[in-house]
Amino acid sequence: MFEGWDAVVLARAQFAFTMSFHIVFPAFSIGLASYLAVLEGLWLWTGREVFVNLFNYWLKIFAVAFGMGVVSGIVMSYQFGTNWSAFSDKTGPVIGPLMAYEVLTAFFLEAGFLGVMLFGLERVGHRLHFFATLMVAVGTLISAFWILSANSWMQTPTGYAINADGQFIAADWFKVIFNPSFPYRLVHMVLAAYLTTALVVGAVGAYHLLRDPHLAGPRVMFSMAMWMATLVAPIQIFAGDQHGLNTLEHQPVKIMAMEGHFQSHKDGAPLILFGWPDQAAGKVKYAIEVPKLGSLVLKHSLDAPMAGLDTVPRENWPPVAITFWSFRIMVGMGLLMLGLGLFSLWARWRGTLYDSRLLLTFALMMAPSGFIAVLAGWITTETGRQPFTVYGLLRTVDSASPLAAPAVASSLIAFIIVYFAVFGAGVVYMLRLMAAPPHHGEQGPSGNTPTRAAGITPAAGTTRGAAS
Amino acid sequence: MTAAIDIATVWAFIIAFAVFVYVVMDGFDLGLGILFPLFPRKSDRDVIMNSVAPVWDGNETWLVLGGGGLMAAFPLAYAVLMPALYTPMIAMLIGLVFRGVAFEFRWRTRPSERNRWDIPFFAGSLVAALAQGIALGAILQGVHVEGRQYAGGWWDWLTPFSILTGIALAIGYALLGATWLVMKTEGELRDKAYHLSWFLLFAMIGAIGAVSIATPFLHIQYTERWFSWPNIILTAPVPIAVAAVTVLLLRSLARKWDYQPFFLTLTLFALSYAGLGISMWPYIVPQSITIWQAASPENSQIFMLFGVAVLIPLILGYTAWSYYVFRGKVKAGSGYH
Repeated sequence: MFEGWDAVVLARAQFAFTMSFHIVFPAFSIGLASYLAVLEGLWLWTGREVFVNLFNYWLKIFAVAFGMGVVSGIVMSYQFGTNWSAFSDKTGPVIGPLMAYEVLTAFFLEAGFLGVMLFGLERVGHRLHFFATLMVAVGTLISAFWILSANSWMQTPTGYAINADGQFIAADWFKVIFNPSFPYRLVHMVLAAYLTTALVVGAVGAYHLLRDPHLAGPRVMFSMAMWMATLVAPIQIFAGDQHGLNTLEHQPVKIMAMEGHFQSHKDGAPLILFGWPDQAAGKVKYAIEVPKLGSLVLKHSLDAPMAGLDTVPRENWPPVAITFWSFRIMVGMGLLMLGLGLFSLWARWRGTLYDSRLLLTFALMMAPSGFIAVLAGWITTETGRQPFTVYGLLRTVDSASPLAAPAVASSLIAFIIVYFAVFGAGVVYMLRLMAAPPHHGEQGPSGNTPTRAAGITPAAGTTRGAAS
Repeated sequence: MTAAIDIATVWAFIIAFAVFVYVVMDGFDLGLGILFPLFPRKSDRDVIMNSVAPVWDGNETWLVLGGGGLMAAFPLAYAVLMPALYTPMIAMLIGLVFRGVAFEFRWRTRPSERNRWDIPFFAGSLVAALAQGIALGAILQGVHVEGRQYAGGWWDWLTPFSILTGIALAIGYALLGATWLVMKTEGELRDKAYHLSWFLLFAMIGAIGAVSIATPFLHIQYTERWFSWPNIILTAPVPIAVAAVTVLLLRSLARKWDYQPFFLTLTLFALSYAGLGISMWPYIVPQSITIWQAASPENSQIFMLFGVAVLIPLILGYTAWSYYVFRGKVKAGSGYH
């Protein structure tokens, strides 16, 4: 079986599949860790019970999401070697240390303080517990720093040399880490994580407010989430635009694919809104386009000339249709988020924030929009980097492990079955936790203390983390 | 060049240290999963899970450091070994997925779905332990390398020797798990863990013996390393120490001590690990690639060395603090009110 398959295509499918599942959890837990730190800080500062109830409510959900992030992340850290061994050999000296620093500065910090954050409130006291929560939140951000640096180096490699064995080596670590696309990608991704979390928090709040608009916890979380959407969605759109201009400078071919620009335009390129990019024919079919607007958006001038894919050898074209459409899905989600933020601002001004069924329903429908945008954005940037793993320098076909197709096909099938079963169950458990509103005396994961009292473990008489 | 050799050696010890800390910290953790079916009572299972829930993902982070560190410090070894160990590695990763999520999921199930995550927790732990042991055996027996790539098939790892090392490691982890329970629990649960420890200790001694006897037959280099003069002066203390620690371990079990069985079992692991190091040195892929051939350029290794020097002590510090916070016996039903 599978002998006729292309092992590299299978390996790419496996990486894309496992990565897509993985990114969902960190995108959520980066934002949620910061949100938890804010909630605990507000609780300690104001002493209002609603904040500790919300903290404990989201902490249980965080625990489930974080666990799934950890196990799907371990898979990623080994998959470079199992499936992309040639890539690992060649780039290990440059991006290996970045990932090692991620483990040393972030993963250990998160894991080391997570136990205390989840189960330790009554053991260490409020201040030390808040410190643990902060360390977990900071850890998630440090993790984003290193892994996005590594990814950005693959997109816009700088500060490297190549040694006699054909390996990339670092000539200047500062230029490796702070490569040209890194600051933009970092800002764009962290904001995306915050928005993703805010939209989930807002949707859960909206869900409960639709049933009872007077619930204290849902009102607080909904209001906080809508402020995030109002303030961060416009910032994110601006950051995304800046990131796009950076991409135009360093990875123009990716922009050509995102825009569907097969043809060069000497005096102003159109903005293709929709259409069907036909890679073989080299044109966008059924295109709906606005003349010259493309040049205005990208070059800020109506008549600026724009080169198209016709200036690039075909073997260096990324898959245009995927890049083109995933980009539009991401932008569409971003515009919806902007709309939600503005709508909520208007409702807030009118004093109907908690009562407007239209707004609450809209917020509820937007629950998955952050995840969709994150996935679509990553698909855009990773597909747009093809056919290279290190942009312009190392081809994807030269990066894969020397594995037979049946080996990769078997593992891919195993991952698909296991991930849908395991993470599907995890999502169900998170939805169950979200289905009940936070209430007075909400308990945390340990469920053995007055502030985090029993009840969440199905077994009466036993509680987790109840050591000594 | 001298400096490069020194740094590569330092890094070989750092990676070895990370892998060993992983074995120390996640070994008992996986062992608890392997022993799960022997504790059918739900209350016992809850205590077992509780004893490790606050620390399990910190434990597994050492595995990420081992893998990530290997890629960074010895990319060639990482690039050759991972495809060679493809099947056991994927099996290990999937096993870790099942057991890792079980820690959280188990508390989220409804009464009607009770125990739904107990079998995945057991099976995931067992598969991960077997896969790690098999990977170890497969590395020891050597892999087929051409140029800078693995050149064998995807079932080359499967031999009687790798199966033996797989079973041996699973037994060792189970013993760590049993002695951990002796240390962390009370009453009937602890008594049962005692009895299991006896049985598992004899099984582990048998496994260490079998692997020790089989290893020299793999390659003449291993035989020479262990038995040739004057090497034997340096290698002989290892089996002598194993015998001595075994006696101490038997005594500590006979006297029903709390802490000693677990830490003496860890000492047995450390000795076996030292033996492994003696067999492999200076190869990172036995008979094919030395640590110097696999080493990253000096500037990569030095760049990381700064981080390791500062951060590893810090990590060990706050990890110890976390264990300290959750110290002592885990009581069934404590905190219930």
